[in-house]
This record gives sequence, C-alpha cells and structure tokens, in this order.
Amino acid sequence: MNNFRYSRASDLADAIRLLAADPGAKLIAGGTNLIDLMKENVERPSRLIDISRLPLRDVEETADGGLRIGALVPNSDLAYHPLIEQRYPLLASAILAGASAQLRNMASVGGNLMQRTRCPYFYDTTTPCNKRSPGSGCSALDGLNRNHAILGTSNSCIATNPSDMSVALAALGALVHIARPSGQRTIALTDFHRLPEDKPHLDTNLGSGEIIIAIELPPHGFARNYSYLKIRDRLSYAFALVSVAAALDLEGNAIGEARLALGGVAHKPWRSLEAEAALRGQAATPDHFGRAADLLLQGATARSHNGFKIDLARRAVVRALMQAASATPQSQAHKKIA
Amino acid sequence: MNAYVGTSTSRVDGRAKVTGAAKYAGEFAADRLLHGFVVEASIARGRIVRLDTSEALKVKGVVDVLTHEHRPPLADKDEAWKDEVAPEKGSPLRPLYDNRIKFNGQPIALVVAEDWETAKFAATRVRVEYEQEAFATDLESERGKAKKVDQPHKPRGDAAAALARAAVRHEADYVIPTEHHNPMELFATTAVWNGSGGLTVYDKTQGVQNVQKFLCSVFAKKPDDIRVISPYVGGAFGSGLRPQHQVVLATLAALALKRSVRVVLTRQQMYGLGYRPMTIERVALGARPDGTLDAITHEAIAVTSRYEDFSRNDTGWAEQLYKSPNSKFAHKLVDLDVSTPCDMRAPGAATGVCALECAMDELAVALQLDPVELRLRCYSDRDQSEGLPYTSKQLRECYARGAEAFGWSRRNPASRSMRDGKELVGWGMATGVWEALQMPVAVRIVLTANGHAEVSCAASDIGTGTYTIVAQVAADALGLPIENISVRLADSTLPQAPVEGGSWMAASSAHAVLGAAEEIRWELACLAKAMPGSPLADLDAANVTLTDGMIVNNDRRGAAVSIADVMRHSKLERIEKEKLNQFAEDKSHARNTHSAVFAEVKIDEELGIIRVTRIVNAVAAGRILNTKTGRSQIMGGVVWGIGMALHEETVMDHRFGRIMNANIAEYHIPVNADVHDIDVIFVDEPDDRINRMGIKGLGEIGIVGVPAAIANAVYHATGKRIRRFPITLDKLLE
Repeated sequence: MNNFRYSRASDLADAIRLLAADPGAKLIAGGTNLIDLMKENVERPSRLIDISRLPLRDVEETADGGLRIGALVPNSDLAYHPLIEQRYPLLASAILAGASAQLRNMASVGGNLMQRTRCPYFYDTTTPCNKRSPGSGCSALDGLNRNHAILGTSNSCIATNPSDMSVALAALGALVHIARPSGQRTIALTDFHRLPEDKPHLDTNLGSGEIIIAIELPPHGFARNYSYLKIRDRLSYAFALVSVAAALDLEGNAIGEARLALGGVAHKPWRSLEAEAALRGQAATPDHFGRAADLLLQGATARSHNGFKIDLARRAVVRALMQAASATPQSQAHKKIA
Repeated sequence: MNAYVGTSTSRVDGRAKVTGAAKYAGEFAADRLLHGFVVEASIARGRIVRLDTSEALKVKGVVDVLTHEHRPPLADKDEAWKDEVAPEKGSPLRPLYDNRIKFNGQPIALVVAEDWETAKFAATRVRVEYEQEAFATDLESERGKAKKVDQPHKPRGDAAAALARAAVRHEADYVIPTEHHNPMELFATTAVWNGSGGLTVYDKTQGVQNVQKFLCSVFAKKPDDIRVISPYVGGAFGSGLRPQHQVVLATLAALALKRSVRVVLTRQQMYGLGYRPMTIERVALGARPDGTLDAITHEAIAVTSRYEDFSRNDTGWAEQLYKSPNSKFAHKLVDLDVSTPCDMRAPGAATGVCALECAMDELAVALQLDPVELRLRCYSDRDQSEGLPYTSKQLRECYARGAEAFGWSRRNPASRSMRDGKELVGWGMATGVWEALQMPVAVRIVLTANGHAEVSCAASDIGTGTYTIVAQVAADALGLPIENISVRLADSTLPQAPVEGGSWMAASSAHAVLGAAEEIRWELACLAKAMPGSPLADLDAANVTLTDGMIVNNDRRGAAVSIADVMRHSKLERIEKEKLNQFAEDKSHARNTHSAVFAEVKIDEELGIIRVTRIVNAVAAGRILNTKTGRSQIMGGVVWGIGMALHEETVMDHRFGRIMNANIAEYHIPVNADVHDIDVIFVDEPDDRINRMGIKGLGEIGIVGVPAAIANAVYHATGKRIRRFPITLDKLLE
C-alpha cells in the first residue's frame, strides 16, 4: 500500500471540490473493494476523500411512485428495507446473493456500482493487464479465462463486472443520479458501465469530478414474478460464473412486460431489449424462454476455458424465467436451486 | 481410573482461545520491535542481476533492507539447512543466500522498518533486475520427464500378466491438482533480541525443537543462544512441519540489527510455502468374475521442485486394503521451477487413496457388484507388502456401522436411478486408511504439595487438542481433577518431542505422560510405605493407584494414604519426574487406522450444481482419548474432503510460472453453505498390542476417502465419471 492523504468531505460540494482539485484522488465509503486493491498496489490513490458521513443514506419514495436510494445506503440495509423487500424483491435477492453479511454491512450502494473486476491479472501487478496498466496487454485472452466474459468483449479486455446488485438494477431499469461541479445529471444504469472496447481502464462513464449520489428505481418492481439465480463454484461467497435477473408481468400464462439481465458474462450487466421484446405477448413456456435466452446470448464468444459459460448462461436464463413464471424465486438463504 | 480419558472433555485451552488470551507467534511484544516485510521474486527461474534498495532505504522509518548482498553470514552447506523433516535428497531453500531464483514468489529481500506499514510500502520501492531463464511449471506438459523414486512397496507376482488375463479390467488416470493448506493463522515469527546475542523466537511451527536446532545450525549458534516458543498454532496441517522462511528472515534481521524483529507473511505470500503437490495417479485393477482381485498397479506422478525431492506414499495403500496376488507400484517425480511441496493432511493417502477408491468404484460398476460388497470380497486381513497381520483392524465393522447409519441398503445400484424433486441423488462410498505411528516423547511432571501438577513437553498443539489430552491422561494417572493440571507445551527448552504431525502425537504424548506419572506414583508409594504406622507398609509399590488425591492399594482399596499427608510427612514441596517414553520396536504387526465413508450428493443436473447433503464417516482408530475433540478432528477432515472433491485447486499461469489465485477469495474452500450433515462414528477397536493405552491417532484419517466417496456419489447420481479434481460444474456440463 502506498502512502496517501486523507480528507473527510464536509458536504457534497466539498467532496466535489476535493475531487476536482486532485486528479489522483479516490472517493471512499465502505472501502470493501478499494482497500483490497490498495493493499495489492493496484489502486494507488494520492488522496482518499471520505464521503461516508455525507447525508446520502435515505430511501425515499419519488413523486411517480418509484424509489430514490441514497448512494451511501449500506447494501444490507437496502436488501432488508421494507419497501425493497415488498416492491423490489428482485433487488433484495440480488444483493443477498453477493459477498458476505459483513461485507454487505460495510459496502455502499454507490460503491457497489464502482467495484472493479476480479480478473486475477488485474490484481497481480507483475502481469500485463490493459485495465490496470493501459497498453500492457491482456493476460487473460490466452491465459486463465475460465470466469471471463463471453459477451461484449474486445481484444483489449475480457474482464467481467462482479456486481450482483447491478444486474438486478439493470433489469429493473434503474437510473443513476450523479453530482458534478456544474450541477447534476442522470443516466440509465445500463449506460453507467462501459464495454471494454479499446479503453478497458475505464469501467464506467462516470466523469472526473463526478459523484454518484443516488439510484432511482422506477415504479414497477415486478414483485410477483421474479428471480435472481446465481451460479457459482461453491454454494455461497463466490463470484458468479453466470447470474440471471429475470422479471415478468404475467396475465395468466401470457407474458406482458419482461426483463432479463445477465451477470458474470460481460464488462457490464448484460441486457437485451430484443430478447425482452421477444417474450412480450408470448406464453410462459420453456421454449419461449429458450428463444429469449438465445437472443440474449447472441454474439457470445468463448476463449480457451470459458466456453461452458455460454451453454450454462442459456440454461440459467431458462431456469430463472421458469422460477419467475411460477412465482418460486430462487432463495438466497437455501442454496438448493428451485 | 478413567475419569477423563475416553470422555467428551472440553478443550482446556478453549477459554484462552476464544477470549484472545492465547497468544500466537505474531502477537508477542518486545521493546523497540522492528517489522520485516518480505520482497519476493516475480520470475520463475533465473538470477538477480541488480537489486537496488536505495529508494526503499530513503523511506522514513526504514531501518535496513537485507538481501543476498547485504546480510549476516548464513551456513553454506546443504546439511546445515536440513531440518528433521527435510527431504533426504536435495538442497533446501536458503533465503537471501545468493542471486539464484528457483521459483516465482521466492523471498529475495527483507525490508525492516519501525512499523509494518512502512516496511510494506518500502518493499514496493525495491528495484530488481533479473536475467530470466527458460522454466517449466506444468506437470502435464512435463509428464514425460518423470523420474522414478524409491518404490514404496516391492512388486509381488506378475501384475502385467495378471492384468492381461483379467476377466474384468479397469484402468484410468485420476488427476488431483496442487492444493494449499491455508491455515487461518498467517505464518509469523517474532524474534526477540535479549541483549547479549541470544534470541527468543516465537514462531508458528509444528515443532519448536526442530526450528531451534535448524536456526542454531543455519546461524552457527550454540543451543543456549536460541529458544523457540510456539504456545498456540492457528492451524498448520503440515505447512508448519519444516521451518519456513519467515523464521529464517526474522532471525537474520534480529542478528543483523541487534533488535527484536517480527515478520508476518501475507496470505498471498503463504502460497510461496509448501503445498500438496499436483499428482497424476494411474490405477489399474484386474478382477476375476467373482469380484476378487488378481492384479493391482498404481503409479503416481507428482510435482516436486528442482532443488528437493519431496515424495510421499501415494501408491502403496492397496497393499493394506485389498487382497491381490499380483501388485506393482511406482512413484515418479517431475522437477519443476516451483517451491518444494510439503506434507498436507494425510499426505500421499488423501490423493493416492482417492484414486484407488474411485477406481474400485469403477470396478464395482464393471462387475455389477455393490461397492461395499466388492471391498468385502477383496478385504485383506494382512498388510501384503510385509505379509503382516494388523495390531487391530475393525474396517469390516466400519463398513457395517457406516452403511447402517447411512441407510446404504436402500441404495438403488443403477446410476441416475434416485431422485429428489428436480435433483438427482447419488450415494457413494470409499475406504480410508492411514498409519498409526508413534514416536519417542519425553514429559516432565511436577507435582506440588497443594495437589497441583504441571505437565510439560516440547510438543506442539496445532489446534488438534494436545493440551487437552495431555491434561486428561495426567489427571487420570495422577488421580487429580483436570482443573488441577496445568500443561506447558511448545517451548524448545522443555522435554523432547518431535514435530507434531503424522497423527503420532496423541499416542506418543499420552504414553510419555503416563510414564512420567507412573514415576511420580512409584515415588509416592515408596514414601507412603516408609511413613511410620503406614497402612501401606506392606505394599508392593508398583501395585497402587492414585485417585481423588489418595494413594490406594489396588488389592485392599481401604488401605490408602493422602498424597498431601505423604508429601507433608516427607517434607516435600514438590516431586519432579521426567521420563522419555520409547515404544518397543515391534515389526511383527502392521499398524493402521481405517474408515468407511458414505456420501450423499444432490445434483441439479441442468445447471451442474452439486450439494453434499450427507456424509457418514465410520472410523476405527483404536482408543479415542476425547470423543469431543476427536469428533471435531474427523469433521474437519470431512469438510476438507468436501473441498478436495469439489473446490480446492491452486491455479497457475504456466506462462509466468505464477500462482494466480493466491488468496482465499479465489482459492475456494467449502463455506457453511457447502457443508450439511456430518455423522462421525467411532467404531470400537480395542488394541492391546499397538501400545499400552491402545491409541492410534486421528489427525489424518478423517479426510482420507472423503473425496472419492463424493466423486463416486456424483457418478451414481449422474452416470458421469469425473476423474479430474475438483469436480466443478463445468465438468458435469461437458
């Protein structure tokens, strides 16, 4: 770990000012990922700006019936918030599928969106990695890539985004509210994270000097027919090989609105409007779910060790949609797959 | 009197451990303590051309940076670096000795600073230039270069011919990856400088006297100059058998700087220590139509380093378990540019028996025989390699009791035949076997007039419960309540003990305690006889029991004198006895522990998800000294076996020769969700031949057989035979 300066932001404006004044500065809230990366010398911020005491911890109803979640709400508080449990159980489930109780207690909502890939080459400073050291090359392309991306990859990077929460947020159509020196802006969560292209060192479209202040959920929470299904190498406390956030509106067995997002397969939560459109108006059957899965996985490509993820993702999508359709969502407490 | 031995006695050190009163090697304080941080090589093979420490030395708080170019003298001869459990062949690693790089992660410098954070930061300022050389780290691509090591067992008959004529044959490779111990406690040493050139070294180790002799040898010190203490060890599982490099570096720095120094390795750095070597196990079985064996061959090809030959008995276990007139075994090593492997829980057996027991399951399928029935038909009452009977072998009873507890008779033999809702259900089993070893150990007991006894010995308690069983045996032998026994362990100045490993410490330490206690008893009896008007005047001093603070004549229970009276009358404040216990050499019988493991898995076949829902492990291991700590020991082995079957794998990128999952986030071990019902059964196994108390030891047997039982259950559930461990879901989906 390198030496760094530490400042505690007195208010949001102060945080933005501090951030603008020092291009090497990083924000810290829960620190559950940043501290690890600093210990590994992957992140070497010149300054940590502690925003953990800023008043961004509220969960409020919005005028249109949605919810606005402060960026510093701890992951566990959000998962167990009554309004989330009742109206957005898909989000609660996805959060509880991730990390451990201790980590969820520390991690903030904004920090969860900012967590970095778990690619082992990104973590090991002795190996080439375009994300950590632009232009040095990607060791994963022809290396240990069993858990790497199958969608939206580039020749520069095949890392995945490790977040579970973001997958549910993508499916739910969440918005990200951002503060910046010149005011505020709002973008869709699906536009927040980037694909690697030729700039894999950029995980998100957050500009310099910008701070996530809130996540907004639209009114419709798909509370009846949903499931978050996470497939991993042990039954808990491991990053997803593949995860699926599935949500349906059902009228009898007929699908109205459908939402589908994949985690563990790309540099960002993977959603396909085409796949969702293909479900609309169809009967909730394994065949139709399989077709949607095919559309969602269109263009998937494998490297040497991750080919199994394409088939696994297809199966997981079908299963998650079945779980959603039958209103038997995957339990995060009992690991038997429903 | 057995008030404690054989009971469910709680750990005597439990309270100290859960309250934090128990101190570990990295927790001992010292005046003006310095902190060292290890700099490691980032290439797999070559030499250091330039090592520039100038930037590191400029960091405020840095005291020194030790390197091969800047350090006190170290021994030059290989023999000086060979500790009591070092491999026979080879040249042990000498940290900071010269510019040679033998593996990625090798320590090449120690930054010493006033605090740990400064040392760690300054370590990033050490600049190294290497001259790299071609290297190889992949066992499978180097398999052709395997060299044969001494065969563990002589061939019998003509296995090749027998295999060729066998009615039913099974032959396959089983691949078990490199695994790391990952004890919870980080490797650490606090070397305390005592001002006059001597050191007290608090070290994480399984053997303080081994470390003490090693340090004296490496640093040319007299025995009195270095004392090694390791009162508590937070797990080691074999990784602490040999002195590890942190103890060399902390000692080196303390001698160089004449100050106390602590070195704590990071979790990542611990992947540069020893490990269970990756092994390719080839097993061939030839059977007659009646399900008896005519031939067994087992060849293992394992990783070792280029500088030491580490090998264990992977292949000979069939000689103990299954009758066959023809057998052949071979153990081969491939030299790679990696650190030397080391013992890890049930070394050789965890891997070798895994392969053998998977192969036996495949043979059972080929013969259309129940897997337990096959094992009974092949059951061997003798260790065939030496043609010896066993001191005891209740393995048949293990099969019977385990099968009954598991409900094995309800198993449908056809694979894919059992279901629970969406999940396929698989029932598999395997046999376990380990050695029952015993070693010379000395114990000192000091009995004081207040009815308290201190028992001391250099043996370590690596979390296995040695403190507790020593206290139990002493309490029973001295007739005192266990609260009146205090136990001191793991100080090199205490009576001699070998490293704690191989499952030998329970039998070895218990008999040493018994021996010393008997000397105390004898002296008390003699003193009691000599008291004027003693009711024991006509006593045979050997024929007494100490119980409830009294010396009692075994023939006339009413004739008794209190220990306190005897000591008061003899004007003795204390009686001190030290006894080295040596077991009589007896090569007439084989000595082993055994187990039968039954596993249930439930598998979501579409997604490849495996849940190990039940394990029954029926163990025959002689007398169980403590059913509570014994059960925990077996449960721990079972959990590890689940990890070996489904999770554990050290992953290396062979382009860099570098381990890429050197942390316990990515090196998967079972978490709570992966562990369900574990039923431990101790099968009654009286054994008056192996040693006086009939003790065999439990340290390793709990893991042996578990991975195979699970793999066999996976086959039974799915019809898929996965021979490459761990069984991850992608292998089931293939």
